[in-house]
Amino acid sequence: MENFDILNALILLANFVIVPAISYGSQLAIAALGITIVYAVLRFSNFAHGDLMSFGTMTAILFTWLFQSLGITGGVLPTALIALPFAIVVTALLCLLIDKSVYRFYRKQKSHAVVFMIVSVGVMFILNATVRFIIGPNDRTFFDGEKFLIRALDFKASTGLEEGLTIKSTQLITVIVAIITMLLLFYFLQKTKMGKAMRAYSNNEDLALLSGINPDRVVMITWIIVGALATIAGVLYGLDKSFKPFTYFQLLLPMFAAAIVGGIGNPIGAVVGGYIIAFSEIMLTYAYKKFFIYLLPEHLEPSGLTQFLSTDYKFAISFIILVIVLIIRPTGVFRGKTI
Amino acid sequence: MTGGYGGVDILNNCGIEVNQGEISVVVGPNGAGKSTAMKAMLGMITLKSGEVILNGKDISGLTPEDRVAQGIAFVPQTMNIFSELTVEENLEMGAFLRNDNINKTIEDVYKLFPILKDKKNQLAGELSGGQRQQVAVGRALMTKPSVLMLDEPTAGVSPIVMDELFDRIIEIKNTGVAIIIVEQNAKQALSIADFGYVLVGGKNKFTGKGSELLNNPEVRKAFLGG
Repeated sequence: MENFDILNALILLANFVIVPAISYGSQLAIAALGITIVYAVLRFSNFAHGDLMSFGTMTAILFTWLFQSLGITGGVLPTALIALPFAIVVTALLCLLIDKSVYRFYRKQKSHAVVFMIVSVGVMFILNATVRFIIGPNDRTFFDGEKFLIRALDFKASTGLEEGLTIKSTQLITVIVAIITMLLLFYFLQKTKMGKAMRAYSNNEDLALLSGINPDRVVMITWIIVGALATIAGVLYGLDKSFKPFTYFQLLLPMFAAAIVGGIGNPIGAVVGGYIIAFSEIMLTYAYKKFFIYLLPEHLEPSGLTQFLSTDYKFAISFIILVIVLIIRPTGVFRGKTI
Repeated sequence: MTGGYGGVDILNNCGIEVNQGEISVVVGPNGAGKSTAMKAMLGMITLKSGEVILNGKDISGLTPEDRVAQGIAFVPQTMNIFSELTVEENLEMGAFLRNDNINKTIEDVYKLFPILKDKKNQLAGELSGGQRQQVAVGRALMTKPSVLMLDEPTAGVSPIVMDELFDRIIEIKNTGVAIIIVEQNAKQALSIADFGYVLVGGKNKFTGKGSELLNNPEVRKAFLGG
């Protein structure tokens, strides 16, 4: 029986901590990549990123509804995956429009990064209002297709264990899409001429100009990538949980924490940071009582919930990690730019 | 050339010339306008009067990027490499405007600076000062320029590295590239110069063959420490 207890404890942990943290971490990683790339290439903290994600997700939902009304669905897969490329195009175009109408003016003025940041707050409010205006402030679920990959009941029945493991199909989709996105992005940045030019421009703007790298092209491609990353992250998060504009605004804190903890400006750092934040958030708010009951002899069993922090405080965790990192290692885990 | 930043003219009617396969060296005290002259030739500041002519063509109206495409290459004094890119990527970025095969040019640069070939996958920012200068010069050579401009290439490197760098610059010159160097190390620079310019207050104070300037007592007294 002892062995089963350990297995049960591990399944419990996998079900409530590891699986959710991996999928949430992947969503944060893709989101943080968008923030870190704006920071690296355009040199400002883009506070509008959360609402850009919300705009991208809204567009994907609208396309999903359109496809569903036309009778097109993804079968076992969510229809939103078919809508995703269309949403990416629309969001990327929006990014280019915002850049042309707003950011370019400040770039010509050679404004300070703080000015850009405040401008991005303005863009954030406008995007936020636009999204609420179009789709409303309510919670929406736009998931269709097969909901579970592994159901708790089936798992229990087939293994005979007391604890069940649930893996939602959205969690697997999140991980697969995130991995593909990261591979494509890293391939682009490391191997293609334009990707290298982007890194060169980010590293040394003056020398990039002297090498004939066209800054307008670099800025344009950056916004297209950022639009795509924001849409992907937003849709994955919305599929996994639900879409509510305000939630996306709230995600700004864990997203920035992820980018900064990993080392802002460093794409690998953003990915690692995403998982660090997700795992800390979930591990520190999980109640381990049942886990210990499986593992410890009866007289040592905890009487309380053995929960480090209430889930209400999950945003505080990103904040605490952010503060600790900024005090101890301001450049982040991977050598990013100091901010 | 006459021009400067804002209202003040740093350059007052000065002129610098270089022929293919020759080295011109610009020396002078701090604030004489040496770097400004170079920026003017590159188009980073606008001239009030005067012109920049490349191979008989007036390029005064072109942007710096267009001038690079026309065959001017510039190695700035500082921040002259992409420190977060590998050595090879630095060279590739130097050739950004080219659409033909650049492998031959990369090999040529490696032949000129063999150490760079060994370190081609290392980040340029991790190299020593002398090696960084080699990366910087190599990057500039990737466009196959007709004029190479170097802003104080020996600043902050050891004397041995400096000699080596000058040797390489002579090798580059021998391939038919015209080279303009702005230097603080006036003595060494003038010794490899075909032609020298001593700039004071934005004017050509002395001009002449490198050896002539080195032997000119006035120049020696004022700038070369006797």
